[in-house]
Amino acid sequence: MLIPCPHCGTRPVEEFTFLGDASVKRPASNDPSSMEQWYDYVYLRNNPKGRFDEFVHHSGGCRAWLVISRDTETHEVFGCVTVRDYGKTKGGKA
Amino acid sequence: MTSYRLSSGGLIDRTASLNFKFDGKSFTGHPGDTLASALIANGVHLMGRSFKYHRPRGVITAGAAEPNALVELREGGRKEANTRATMIELYEGLTAQSQNRWPSLDFDIGAINSLASSMFVAGFYYKTFMWPKSFWEKIYEPIIRKAAGLGTASKEADPDKYEKAYAHCDLLVIGSGPTGLMAALTAGRSGARVILADESARLGGSLLNEREEIDGDSGIAWADGVIAELGSMPNVTLMPRTTVFGWYDGNIFGAAERVNDHVIAPSPYEPRQRYWRIIAKKAVLAAGAEERPVAFGGNDIPGVMLASAMRTYANRYAAAAGKSVVVFTNNDSGYRTARDMKAHGVHVEAIVDSRSESKADAGGVPVLRGRRIADVGGKKLAAGIELDDHTHIGCDAVAMSGGWSPIVNLACHRGGRPAWNDQILGFVPPDTGKDFIVAGAAAGRMLLSECLADGARAGTLKGKAPATPKCRDEAFAIAPLWWVKESHGKAFIDYQNDSTAKDLPLAAREGYRDIELAKRYTTTGMATDQGKLGNVNAIAILAEATGKSMEQVGTTTFRPYYTPVSFGAFAGPFHGHHFQPVRKTPLHDWADELGAVFVETGLWMRSSWFPLEGEDWLAAASREVVATRERVGICDVSTLGKIDVQGKDAGAFLDKLYCNTFSTLAVGRARYGLMLREDGIVYDDGTTSRLADDHYVMTTTTANAAKVMAQMEFAHQALFPELDVTYVTVTEQWAQMAVAGPKARATLQKIVDGLEMNDQSVPYMAALEVTVLNGVPARLFRLSFSGEHAYELAVPADYGNMVARAVMQAGDEFGIVPYGVEALSIMRIEKGHVAGGELNGTTTAADLGLGKMMSSKKDYIGRMMAQRPGLTDPNRQCVVGIRPVDPQDRIRSGSHILKDGDRPSMAADQGYVCSVAWSPMLNMWIGLALIANGRARHGEVVQVWDGLRGHKVMGEICDPVHFDKENKRLHA
Ligand SMILES: [Zn+2]
Repeated sequence: MLIPCPHCGTRPVEEFTFLGDASVKRPASNDPSSMEQWYDYVYLRNNPKGRFDEFVHHSGGCRAWLVISRDTETHEVFGCVTVRDYGKTKGGKA
Repeated sequence: MTSYRLSSGGLIDRTASLNFKFDGKSFTGHPGDTLASALIANGVHLMGRSFKYHRPRGVITAGAAEPNALVELREGGRKEANTRATMIELYEGLTAQSQNRWPSLDFDIGAINSLASSMFVAGFYYKTFMWPKSFWEKIYEPIIRKAAGLGTASKEADPDKYEKAYAHCDLLVIGSGPTGLMAALTAGRSGARVILADESARLGGSLLNEREEIDGDSGIAWADGVIAELGSMPNVTLMPRTTVFGWYDGNIFGAAERVNDHVIAPSPYEPRQRYWRIIAKKAVLAAGAEERPVAFGGNDIPGVMLASAMRTYANRYAAAAGKSVVVFTNNDSGYRTARDMKAHGVHVEAIVDSRSESKADAGGVPVLRGRRIADVGGKKLAAGIELDDHTHIGCDAVAMSGGWSPIVNLACHRGGRPAWNDQILGFVPPDTGKDFIVAGAAAGRMLLSECLADGARAGTLKGKAPATPKCRDEAFAIAPLWWVKESHGKAFIDYQNDSTAKDLPLAAREGYRDIELAKRYTTTGMATDQGKLGNVNAIAILAEATGKSMEQVGTTTFRPYYTPVSFGAFAGPFHGHHFQPVRKTPLHDWADELGAVFVETGLWMRSSWFPLEGEDWLAAASREVVATRERVGICDVSTLGKIDVQGKDAGAFLDKLYCNTFSTLAVGRARYGLMLREDGIVYDDGTTSRLADDHYVMTTTTANAAKVMAQMEFAHQALFPELDVTYVTVTEQWAQMAVAGPKARATLQKIVDGLEMNDQSVPYMAALEVTVLNGVPARLFRLSFSGEHAYELAVPADYGNMVARAVMQAGDEFGIVPYGVEALSIMRIEKGHVAGGELNGTTTAADLGLGKMMSSKKDYIGRMMAQRPGLTDPNRQCVVGIRPVDPQDRIRSGSHILKDGDRPSMAADQGYVCSVAWSPMLNMWIGLALIANGRARHGEVVQVWDGLRGHKVMGEICDPVHFDKENKRLHA
């Protein structure tokens, strides 16, 4: 698989480290009432068949954390943006 | 020995002779020969024995699918088992051994298996296992062991080099027959970057094997012209001897190039093989089609081969498979063999055509229509045939054709399933998308003109496809014939695994009706050839037995690799010394000079102890501990991860990473930090120092240095992007040494520039930027892992050895010793400091006795989840000390703790010993353990039970600090 890093260009998957579901969002609150959100954040991950946005670290390259959008069935890659840019688009579109 | 070399023709160089040995006998052949063709030309038809029955076998094919003629090629470290004689280019000095025979190929005792063949029917492994155990062990297993196994691997190291390489192209063309050549030519002429790969040494594919006519010339002449033109194009790369073995995500293709398999030994500057990853914008699969055998009695006797193989040996290699030939076919292509053999002057007795009608040109050879071969006579060479109507025909070679299977393997590597085509009686490729085109015979096109046109279309990257040259087409028609049931002898489906036509209906009757189950039950398609020849026949016979259509039965899954790839190619240069990088610390030379024993930890070489004459590791480490505690010692701690953190929000960032607070740390001071995972479990620890308002230096454990860096990058970029901070790993930029012991200060005072060292100027947990040895920049930390009055001194890496030598010199008058990580570890266990054994991914801060470090005033990674009831349960296992009740006893790491009197069980388990050491200060074994509610159990006597080593002693739970409980030495 090839991943189009926004900094480095298209690079082989061996240079990257995957971290899974990029839709999770770290809760802002430390209040005990937010515990359910914390459980979800730490333990719940989507793993769909089809299009999926995932965190990926260009660990063997520019060291940027990225979000790649790909089809988990065909491995077709739709796009790849930095995690910062992903955050800015709200709801995310890699 | 009779010569079977034809007097003229073939693509061999008769002006040169090559000497080679097969099973110790000397032969000659010519450049252009394969081992198989040279053996045939020398009249050697018996080339191997089959796996299960040890039946005599000759070649069946002239190519990659060969199941029978497997040999051990070369000798010594270069020996390679299971190589196909059909794919081995002949070279001067080649040596090969046949396989699966004992004591000799000609006389093989294992052939007795054939007599006991009822033992080896489908599923015999499963059935045999059900028999009485003694029967299996004493009788069947020895026989199977003797019979099993193909070639043997060499026990010597492979002396040759292997490489890995990447290539990029606009169009990758796989296969260089008419389709591939036309595709490559079309794309090449348009200026596209083209790679043309073919497994053969000579490009041209089927055009080299057949007598074709293109553009008014021979197919070979046309191919040579195209190849010459492609060779002259700078945008085209020709890759002969290269098998493209797999299609992967992103249109990446894997390929193995046999750079030097055709010479006796590669030059010292070249690899034997190269493992390619080819990244193709677009690719064309022009792999052609594989001819199928027919299942009839004795279809494996040497002299019986595929019709296309027989004419390939004659046309390309000028080698006659026999003196008198019978052709057996269910389709028109078999007729070509009759005509070609006749043209080469070989007698063709008859064409046996299973069809009652055919328009194909027999070239004057008698045709017996509507008839089938039931059995072949002979053992080590075909000796006549018997038809289904009991007619006998004399011959010494049989050419068989059961039709053609498009080579769809690569097209199915990413999950697609091929579809059955009733016109050509073959599976044709699935939809492979727009970037991978299957063309020509691989797509089921059986006419040469179709192949050329298909290739031209596939090679057209934009615009209209060019016109293709005129050629002569050989009509193709076929009628199904899979198995001649009138046969008496064994009719083989999978030659290599000796599965026969009868095995499949048997499997179906016994309930293995699914193709994937039948495959495993009969082992059909499970040999090194992966059923290239036999699978479609197996599917057809299973379809009939189960009353299903071909489509319904379907194929088994196609997976890489198309043909076997050597381990050497996978390993590439990454073996032995080059398997992984070696990390040496900046103080390596210094430690080496002092006789350090280095131990690999991760990639690092760490100085572990410094033995004097006659000392073992424990004696050396114990002496180092005593010397350090009594005088002064120096230890290389450069492997600790070091991360430089700078920026306005550096403190705020560290507050997020650690459970304790760093934004409040004073400039010039260090603080121990504990990092949690987001689930509340401890992740890493280390001291972090503040050098300026906006500048910190973190340290991590050696093992977690890279992981912590990645975690910081995630935390900053994904979680807290608003923080104005930058950070970079500086582990390798600094040499760091611990100087510990009562004389540590006096030692360092001698090399530190212009600083009166005392408890005011360098208090405990100070972190100062200083210079040493008249101007070498340095960082001086007053930290202690040993529990002694101690410092860590960091200097730029290149100064490391010099400064360490200077410290040794300065400490000489005090009796300084170098100490290694073993002594370091003993001292930390004596002091009850937690390390890897305790920070083991299951412990919380409170478990480690560090619960008070967790801030309640800020958000940090792991804060919320650390409060879960399960992680705050007072009965959790927590760190305690453990020591033997009898000081003579030894406790061992990994031992479990049981209450006095309890028998070992999961329910009775109280915890386990994480770390142990021999304490030279206490003269006994001591340890740290994780024990349920341990802090409330100091003084309790327990069993320390080591089930692994069968060892049990009584131990006492105690405070983790075994030595100097009051920490007097730290401030001494
Ligand atoms: Zn990058």
